[in-house]
This record gives sequence, C-alpha cells and structure tokens, in this order.
Amino acid sequence: MSATPNAIVHARNLSKSYGPLKALDGVSFEIEPGRIVGLIGPNGAGKTTALKAILGLTDFEGELSVLGFDPRTQRAQLMEHVCFIADVAVLPRWIKVSEAIEFVAGVHPRFSREKCEAFLAHTKIQPTMRVRELSKGMIVQLHLALVMAIDARLLVLDEPTLGLDILYRKSFYESLLSDYFDENKTIIVTTHQVEEIEHILTDLVFIRDGKIALAATMDEVGERYAEVMVNPDRAADARALKPLNERQIFGKSIFLFDGIERARLAALGELHKPSVADLFVATMKGTYA
Amino acid sequence: MNNIPLLLKREYWEHRGGFLWTPVWMTGVILIFTVLGILSAEVLGSNAHVHVGFSLDELRNHISANDLAEAGNALDMAQLVFGGLACVGLFFVLFFYLLGALYDDRRDRSVLFWKSLPVTDTATVVSKALSAMLVAPIIAFAAATAAYVVFLVLIVLWAGAHGLNAFPAILAAHPLGMLGRLLLTVPVNAMWALPAIGWLLFWSAYVRSKPFLWAVLIPFFALIANWWLGKLGAPHFSGDLNLAAILGRLLFSIAPGSWIASSGSGILGNHVRMGLDDDHVVSSLDPSRVYSLLAEPNIWIGAVAGVALLVAAIWFRQRRIETAS
Repeated sequence: MSATPNAIVHARNLSKSYGPLKALDGVSFEIEPGRIVGLIGPNGAGKTTALKAILGLTDFEGELSVLGFDPRTQRAQLMEHVCFIADVAVLPRWIKVSEAIEFVAGVHPRFSREKCEAFLAHTKIQPTMRVRELSKGMIVQLHLALVMAIDARLLVLDEPTLGLDILYRKSFYESLLSDYFDENKTIIVTTHQVEEIEHILTDLVFIRDGKIALAATMDEVGERYAEVMVNPDRAADARALKPLNERQIFGKSIFLFDGIERARLAALGELHKPSVADLFVATMKGTYA
Repeated sequence: MNNIPLLLKREYWEHRGGFLWTPVWMTGVILIFTVLGILSAEVLGSNAHVHVGFSLDELRNHISANDLAEAGNALDMAQLVFGGLACVGLFFVLFFYLLGALYDDRRDRSVLFWKSLPVTDTATVVSKALSAMLVAPIIAFAAATAAYVVFLVLIVLWAGAHGLNAFPAILAAHPLGMLGRLLLTVPVNAMWALPAIGWLLFWSAYVRSKPFLWAVLIPFFALIANWWLGKLGAPHFSGDLNLAAILGRLLFSIAPGSWIASSGSGILGNHVRMGLDDDHVVSSLDPSRVYSLLAEPNIWIGAVAGVALLVAAIWFRQRRIETAS
C-alpha cells in the first residue's frame, strides 16, 4: 500500500501488546476519505484495539496519524472531527436526554441542535427522559441522533448494534446511509453481523491475530474471489486449483477461489459472488484451533 | 479550558443528589426539630428542648427579656449551626464524589462517550476539582441559608403568637455578615483541602478497582508501619513531622473548617487556636483570623502536594480506561 496524502487514517507498523498477547502486530494501513470500511475479525483479533488507537484511547507503538493529528497527544482536537459509537452501554445512565444534547452542543463546535432534534422527533425519545429509562434500542437511537448532528469527517462504530433487534439494526444502517453518509465522510465499522453491513461497505479489512489478513475494496473482492458450485465428478479438478475453502451442500461441493481466471472456474460449475461471511470463514479457518 | 462552566454544570447534573439535596435534608432536619420543639412546647406548655448547638428556649427567653444583644448572638449561633451541619454533609458527599469522579465512568464504560467529545482530560479533571472546591460548598451554604431564613420565619411566627416581636432580635443579629463570612471560608477551605482532593482524584483515576480501599488503606498501613519502625527504634516520622496529621490531611481536609479543629486532622491545631467565641459568635469567623492561615507554610506545602497529585490524576486519566470489573 502506498502512502496517499489525503488519507484519513495513516498507520505504519502499529503494535500493541497486553502482556504476552499481541493485540496488534506491526499493522500498516491507509483509509481514504469517502469510504465505508468494514473491519472484521474474530473475537480478540485486535479490532477494538485498532479502533482505540485511532481514537486516542490507548497507547501503542508505531506511527499513526488520523486527519493529521496524533491521537495519543491530540485527542481533544481530533474529536472535533471524529465521532465514535461503541456498543450500547456507553451513554451515561444518569443523564437526561435534554442534558446530553445541551452538553454536546456546548462542547462540540460542529454540532447542530436542529438536526439532532429533528432526528429525535422520529423516535419515541422525550427530552425529559433519562438514559436509564430508555431501552437498548432507544439508547442507540439517541447516540446516533447526537452523532449524526455532528458534521464530522470520520465516524467510528464499534459493534454499534450489539444486542438490538432486527428492526433497530436495519433502521440504524438505513439512517446512517440516507441521512448521514456522503463523499466527505468516512465510516469505519466493526460488527459480527457481517451480512447486515455487507451491502453498504466499500472496503473490507480482515484482521486476525493482530495482523491484517485481507485489505481490499469491495470491487477488488468481487474480482479476486469467486465461489463455484461443483458436481462430485468434477470436485477433484476443482481441488487441483487449490481452493481457499470447500463446503458441501445438497450433495455438491462449493469451492472458494482466490485469483483464478473466471473462464476456468466457469468450466467447473455454477459461479457465484461469495458473501463476506463465507469469505471471512474461509480466511479465518483454524483461528480458534 | 473554555468548556469549564459547562463541565461544572455536568458535574452538578450528575451529582444533584449530593451537592444539593444532601445539604437541603441535613439542614431540613433542624427545621423539623424546631417545628416539633415549638409544637411540643405549645401543647405541653413547657420548654421546646431543642439543643443543636443553640437552644431554642434560651433564644425565646432572650427575646422575651428584650435582651437584644444576647438574642442576636443566639441567632448568629443558630446560623452557624445551619452552615456547620451543611458542612458535615459536604464532607461525606465530597469524599465519595471525588473517589468516584474518575472511576465510576470507567466502570460503566460511559468514559468512552465522554472521551469521544472534544474535551481535554485536563479540563475534565480540573472541573471535578473545582466542583469539590467551589461549586458544592457554595450550594451547601446556599441551602443552609435558605433553611436559616425558614428558621427565622418560624421564630417570628412563634414569638408573634406570644405577642412578642422577634424583629429587633433579628436586627441585632448579623445574618448577612455571617453569610459573607461563611462564604469567605470557601477559598481557604478549598486551598486547605487540595491535598485530599488530589489524593482522592489520583486514586479515582489510577485504580482498576476499589478506589476506597486504596485511598484509605495505604495511609492506614503507612501509619502502622511508621509506629512499628518507631517501636524498633528505626528512623521514622515523629515530632513535628506527625505522620498521623499528614495522612489525616490527605483524607479529611475536605471537611470544611477542618483547619479550625485543634485535634484530629488539622496539623495547624497546635499553632492556630480558633475555637468559637460564645459571646461573639460572628467574630469567630473574622476574615483576618481565617486568612491568617495563609501565613502558615503548611497550607502551601499541602497545596503544592495537592496540585502534584492532580497532575498525576490527569496523566492517568489520559492513559487508563479499563477497570477490572
């Protein structure tokens, strides 16, 4: 990967250890503006550590610049341009909705109270309610309303929809796409529910054991990877092409290939675009072994 | 740093129960006793028997004897008791407020929300120290003053019911002077309390669990170790470097007016005797006496130590987020 001058995030040789465990092991990557990057990895792979490093919430070794700031020493300035939603529990439970709005409006120069109130008007959240009186889904709605009212350049989402029902999860990502995202903004999102964000991602980063296992745009992923459904009589031919993964379904074998010519694959059987989830499972084989 | 007023407001929102309602209830208890005392005196035709630093019966006797100077002094004493009781509550409120200030939000992970906003960690820690030094004490004295005003109304009504006029007694008292003098103790209290504020906030920012145990047990074991070294004849703190007083200051100097005490936590006790003057209560808090404390090196040494602890608390606030639980 080459260094680009307008990259939002620029990381070189990021490392972070917790005792003997290497949460990040010499990771380098760039994130360009106007992208929606899915950071996907098994539990304990280092996703959250990478996000914390970007947000200035942890120490690390290596070189990292986010919007030109060093997150370790310039967190407060950085946070004028970066928003962050972690899993649902992080809004303080004692605060009233009106107080949360007043506080963010007071400390954030790029916050629009009108936008926030307009968004909340579509929910059942009332200004006099305290966070502890809200359901999990409503807390995420409130947090999203606060964040979407901020004209930030980078939005970091760490398992934002954890523990929410499908209605809240769908509407969360819909609001994000239709009311928030544009070419000047960048979103980094981690989640275990890959299939729900697959269609909104522009870039994919797989992380495993503190290292980047895959970093590509979704277009590149579509070009490189292909799934072929093969009848048993051709399975040996398919195996000869060294598939990443093989699984069985209805008596047929489904092979996942990386970088094999389409024409050769088409001769073996029916071609499909692999889902991110299947790609993930194939890439992470043996992680917990 | 220009966010400080809003950050102070944030602290008030979160701790309204401690900052406002605790002094309201503490002083409200005297009002309840006063009302009960008056009612029982009326029903039984005997004395009110209200003795909380001042005696309701004496006050009535002074008023009925038209002994205005004495009555005024008794009223001043009552005002001081209202303020003092608010201060007792304030000590407990501040102790637990400071221990939790940089810990509770890490434990419930809401620190991730606060840290996602453009507020420096220095501003956050300073706002918590200022809340303990100025905001909470001023609210406490305001609550005490409100309760005292209600008390005066009760006295006027009670006296009026007996055909007596309590207003000359109130005019002989010094309500505004007392209030001013109580408020003037706030900066001195704050400076005197800096080592405790720094100590408690330091542990609140530093520990992964149980800030109370760390903050309290470390001085306690240091004291035992020091006593033991003394028994062995080894070098230890003694004489002017009274370890108990130094460690007591780390924990208890947030008690407003603890520098007055001649025993307990006040190191100054041996040097500055400022016991209450029963005949002229109001002069006990004469600013020239209160501010003579600033001539003592102890308050400055403590302030420097407190600021150093606050700097350490800021350092840990920048780096430590996780807790053990």
